[in-house]
Amino acid sequence: MSYCRQEGKDRIIFVTKEDHETPSNAELIAEDPDDPYEEQGLILPNGDINWNCPCLGGMASGPCGSQFKEAFSCFHYSKEEVKGSECIDNFRNMQECMQRYPELYPQEEEKESSPQADSDSGSASAAPPESSTLTPETDSTPGPDNTLPTDNQTVS
Amino acid sequence: MLKCRTVWRKLAPLARASSTVCRQNVRRTGLTHGRLPAQVPAAHMSTGPTGGGRENQLYFLLVGVTCVGAGVYAYRTVKGDQLRYQDRIDEISSRQEKFNTENSDTPSESEPVLAAESVEATETQVVPKPEPQAEPVPESEAEPSPEPQAEPLPEEPSPPVPDAEVEAPSETTEPPLGESTPVSLKVPSHTPYLLIGGGTASFAAARSIRARDPDAKVLIVTDEPDLPYMRPPLSKELWFSDDPSVTETLRFKQWNGKERSIYFQPASFYINPEELEGAENGGVAVLTGRKVVHMDVRGNKVKLDDDTEISYDKCLIATGGVPRNLQVMERAGEEVMKRTTLFRKVDDFKSLDKVSRNIKSITIIGGGFLGSELACALGRRSNDSGLEVIQMYPEKGNMGKVLPEYLSNWTTEKVKREGVKIISEALVKSVTCKDDKVEILLKDGRLVKTDHIVAAVGLEPNVDLAKSAGLEVDSDFGGFRVNAELQARSNIWVAGDAACFYDIRLGRRRVEHHDHAVVSGRLAGENMTGANKPYWHQSMFWSDLGPDVGYEAIGIVDSSLPTVGVFAKATSKDTPRAATEKSGTGIRSESETEDTATSPVASSTPAPSVEQHRDDYGKGVIFYLRDKVVVGIILWNVFNRMPIARKIIKDGEEHADLNEVAKLFNIHED
Repeated sequence: MSYCRQEGKDRIIFVTKEDHETPSNAELIAEDPDDPYEEQGLILPNGDINWNCPCLGGMASGPCGSQFKEAFSCFHYSKEEVKGSECIDNFRNMQECMQRYPELYPQEEEKESSPQADSDSGSASAAPPESSTLTPETDSTPGPDNTLPTDNQTVS
Repeated sequence: MLKCRTVWRKLAPLARASSTVCRQNVRRTGLTHGRLPAQVPAAHMSTGPTGGGRENQLYFLLVGVTCVGAGVYAYRTVKGDQLRYQDRIDEISSRQEKFNTENSDTPSESEPVLAAESVEATETQVVPKPEPQAEPVPESEAEPSPEPQAEPLPEEPSPPVPDAEVEAPSETTEPPLGESTPVSLKVPSHTPYLLIGGGTASFAAARSIRARDPDAKVLIVTDEPDLPYMRPPLSKELWFSDDPSVTETLRFKQWNGKERSIYFQPASFYINPEELEGAENGGVAVLTGRKVVHMDVRGNKVKLDDDTEISYDKCLIATGGVPRNLQVMERAGEEVMKRTTLFRKVDDFKSLDKVSRNIKSITIIGGGFLGSELACALGRRSNDSGLEVIQMYPEKGNMGKVLPEYLSNWTTEKVKREGVKIISEALVKSVTCKDDKVEILLKDGRLVKTDHIVAAVGLEPNVDLAKSAGLEVDSDFGGFRVNAELQARSNIWVAGDAACFYDIRLGRRRVEHHDHAVVSGRLAGENMTGANKPYWHQSMFWSDLGPDVGYEAIGIVDSSLPTVGVFAKATSKDTPRAATEKSGTGIRSESETEDTATSPVASSTPAPSVEQHRDDYGKGVIFYLRDKVVVGIILWNVFNRMPIARKIIKDGEEHADLNEVAKLFNIHED
């Protein structure tokens, strides 16, 4: 059973697991997925890519940012059967650029970036991740595998 | 001149017919005068079909104005070209160095050629062309060389230019000849995006700008010698590192074993300031060791401490703050100041680490986040080194201004268990230095003798620029007063610790936390690139006080507000370490990316039932209320649920039963 105590202006409640088993009747206001103020996920409501998405880390803003944007845009809008098959040149440019900055883009990870980004965009459109983060450039795997710690990310 | 006349002759009959329209146009074209000298005269001419003499005067006036306009335009182009040319030459010369190490015979060839050229340095036309050709990198030079050459010819009439040109050759002869000398740090005179301050908010803004504005050129000016870095590890993780060289590497290992540096990005991410203007795809440049001392808002420019001026299109002020000091300490004299650390920067960490290894006793004044974290960190060390760690503060318990009293007391007990000697309700009366020891006399008569003091008594926001810029400073919270979109003036934004902003949900506030610096920096960057979004995404903060006590918080967390706390008993699984190990992240706050909280009530397999002990605040949720609305939430040893907390604050609803709200957090589960 829950136990309640008042210490001045502060109220303290101790609850057991059973106390909390019944579903909550607290009402939360429904989310508007198109709310312009909210932090957007990787894909914006109009279908464009949100380059400022924390999930991308600093990929779009670093020295190879423009190459990354070209490659990823090409991939995103690609309507080919094998998605992104016509974007080989863009990806090669991006890879060449990244090889010039091995400190920022460790070579073994960056091959993961495109397929991961795709899976992330899939999950992102379903439930837009809400994040504020500064993942370093080295983390070139955007999405749920974002394990390199930085400062902050929150998801709703 | 002739062209102008023919144009006029052709157009005048037509124009006279529509003279009224043209009269109106005159006023408008007057504004674009400098840009289209060839067309304006035609419009002007058509307004006055009055007589021959008048026409002639007008004619001469127009021709004169046209020449001046052309002259100004050409002068500016040359100046711009010179700058670009200079940059180019500098870049070439640095490339020349690399090339020379490979081909030893070419330098000997190019040098006599250059020597011959330098003789002709005074002749403006000849030098720019042959000199680039002497460079071992041929084709890239074809471009700049015709340009500087073409320009000198029309420039003979205007006096200032030949002087500038003579300067250019004499400068450019230097780098190729003196190959090993590095290029001097030339500050760009204009930058589209200027970020004052090189901390977390500034870096977040830089990243945001670069993501949204392709090829943006961003200049960060900081008075620190370091590139942008994150502060939380300076009082937490870095102290727990086993690496003896941690003060040099500034790398720390997180709970999940992964290592990273406190620097957001290594140096290779940034470009040099002098390369900024010429960078094709833009970039972020950091100018370290320079302070902005004056801001001219009308002229859109700033002045540095070495009198350099930089003009900008958009500016962010992210100057953060400086640690406060107690007045009694300031009056205490130099001997005491030598034994005092005001902790904030990397250098402070380095010096405190060194000092703490060589002394017997250290006292931390201040019971807030920084003070408590440092006390715990040093207390841990005391187990090995025998260092006496004392923490003193005016409140009754640690985090007394943040946590409700019962929780603050509980926390204090935990901190004591970390090896810290707590002196609560301590008001410092005076501090003196005696026999190489510092003596702190408290108002109630207690005397504390120690070797070194760390003052963690708050932050004074840095608003030095407010005066020269004419920006408003908030009297309640301190800091620059900005609106909900972090804007102070039309081209000036403020973010981070120094920003007193309007939070649409929670009212005007100023927040001194890391995540807020990230959130506000990002928002400022977005707004600088045209987003016009208000502060909406609530930032959070966290603190760990030893391995057993950790919490995350969001919103207004002020112990003077009425609170409602809902607790369960903590099992060994509910510790900060366990939380991060499970989610595989380092800094705990970002483990939240793992979840997408689509449904507030998470259902999962029931955990083994937990014994309920009274007064053991193992884990729970604490709501802070203002007029019956939840404005702040602390997740006490409960992790990965920040999104739910954020949602509750965002809604801003009055909830009748907060226990029901607490159910949403599922505190009994992991």
